[in-house]
Amino acid sequence: MLRPGLPAAQYDQNQRERVTLSQTNAVEARNAVKAFGQGDNAVRALNDVSVEIRKGEFFTLLGPSGCGKTTLLRLIAGFEMPTSGTILLDGQDITYLPPNKRPVNTVFQSYALFPHLTVAQNIGFGLEMQGRPRAEVKATVDRMLALVKLEELASRKTSQLSGGQQQRVALARALAPAPKVLLLDEPLSALDLKLRREMQGELKRLQTETGITFIFVTHDQEEALTMSDRIGVMSAGKLQQVGTPREIYTRPLNRFVASFIGETNFMPATSDGTTLTLAGGYQMPAPVLTKSGTVTVTVRPEQVKLSPTAEPGTLPATVRGVVYMGTDMNYQLHLADGTEIEACVVSDVTGEAALQAGQTVGVTFTPGSAQVLED
Amino acid sequence: MATKTFSVAKLPGFTTTAIIVFIALYLPILTLVAYSFNASQSVAVWGGFSWDWYVKAWNNDAVKDATVRSLLIAVCAAVISTAVATMAALGTTRRKAFKGQTFIYVMINQPLMVPEIVTAVSLLILFGMVKQATGIQGIGYVIFAHAAFCIPFAYLPIRARLEGMDMTLETAAADLYATPWQTFRHVTLPILLPGVIAGAMLAFVISLDDVVITEFTKSGGQDTLPTYMLGQMRRQLTPEINAISSMLLALTIVLLTAFFLLTRKND
Repeated sequence: MLRPGLPAAQYDQNQRERVTLSQTNAVEARNAVKAFGQGDNAVRALNDVSVEIRKGEFFTLLGPSGCGKTTLLRLIAGFEMPTSGTILLDGQDITYLPPNKRPVNTVFQSYALFPHLTVAQNIGFGLEMQGRPRAEVKATVDRMLALVKLEELASRKTSQLSGGQQQRVALARALAPAPKVLLLDEPLSALDLKLRREMQGELKRLQTETGITFIFVTHDQEEALTMSDRIGVMSAGKLQQVGTPREIYTRPLNRFVASFIGETNFMPATSDGTTLTLAGGYQMPAPVLTKSGTVTVTVRPEQVKLSPTAEPGTLPATVRGVVYMGTDMNYQLHLADGTEIEACVVSDVTGEAALQAGQTVGVTFTPGSAQVLED
Repeated sequence: MATKTFSVAKLPGFTTTAIIVFIALYLPILTLVAYSFNASQSVAVWGGFSWDWYVKAWNNDAVKDATVRSLLIAVCAAVISTAVATMAALGTTRRKAFKGQTFIYVMINQPLMVPEIVTAVSLLILFGMVKQATGIQGIGYVIFAHAAFCIPFAYLPIRARLEGMDMTLETAAADLYATPWQTFRHVTLPILLPGVIAGAMLAFVISLDDVVITEFTKSGGQDTLPTYMLGQMRRQLTPEINAISSMLLALTIVLLTAFFLLTRKND
């Protein structure tokens, strides 16, 4: 789960707008459909996905397994052809171009290093296949070895390397031909936690240094939030929402996005377009463009504020349980209409809970923190 | 006390059985090799140590002729069958499962299942017809027959190697600008090589000691080493046969050892 205490600076870094860069998109998918199987048994791994990935950005496709994120990546790489729709690279239609004719390289989940070649030969493979001159290949391989800090291991066989080192070779190999877009298919999933953190920083550094567009596929929401310029959240073959990490976290469009990224509370409410009425008659202003009728409101646990008594103008709730989590204190609350919600409050010095189970408390939400979901 | 797990090695009489099996396997071969050094004319009565039969076999023109022919046939058969088997293995593993896959496997492995004598007789008849129609003679018929029955022996290790190979490697090569041919040349083939060598050696050895099919498909004066030895046995059995067999055995052992060392290094 994302720690609520994440420094604002980190968010700002993620937020960096890249308006100075060229406005053409590096990659664009238009109404991409990929169906596997035939007729009634056909499964739509991708169901009408359109997305624009800008030049030089770190774009993450985030979603649970089977959501279609890897399929989309394979369409961009050319390993699969879409059932319908178009893939553009730099504004050019590459939908049916074979992978070896696309200036796009991939870092595979299993690394897929060539076991019969040395580290240097692996890194130089793409350049060799392009028929670049010997001297150029050697110079680029040396530069790549330095970039991923593997100079000493140049003549080793890849089977003699650790997981982290293999990962670096895979990265260097994919970066060596200077692709327009680098595709990364869950490249960190095989690494342990410490190494993964290290490689996250490394990837971000490489992306900034090379200026290459990165399209990163992951199911790890924290990884997505900390590394990406923008995130595309996918589920069931559809793109649910595209936005900066901050937008995705604070302004989720639907229930799936809200619950997949971080912890959150869902509460039923009625809306008249300007005011939301929650359980027990608690009212708050509705965000602009809220439809009338029954809606679902979502608020992050860290935006739920508690007062020791249910004063007027607060939402009354009963404390059902308290969990001490170190940095935070987690309160499970029961609303009048039976809805269960959670509040996450920063622990005080003693670590003692300010409120006890069974106590009736007053709940308020940080102004502007409540989101009305589309579904 | 820990529960004992079932182990064949702990059954009563296991050691005895094992020893008997090894004796049954190796005693005949040891006897054969031992009697190849026999000074007497008999293959069964020991008459002292001598290299004579080796010298005799080495200087026997018929043996030399048969050996050269055997090696020629075995090398040609191994090369042809390995090339065909490699293509068959690529064709049957480098794709999604298809209808009739099992049928294709059975078809490729047919020579392993059909009795050799049936293949031999059918080849004899077919070649007779071809020879009559075209008038072409020569060793080519025997090579063709050997290449055909060696295919499954070459196919099995190559297919095993291909099935153990990560198909992502070929995808990665394509991603790194390799054309399909470059992918095969620089990735698939080098990784496949130990399997190809194993297949070729197996085919070579199988071809080298074949009797039945050779006997039926050869023309006059086309004796291979095994058919020559069979012919000799009809006349007079001397330890010369033992000497030839021992040399054949030595060649096989050298080949197998070389293969073992070669593949071990590659892995």
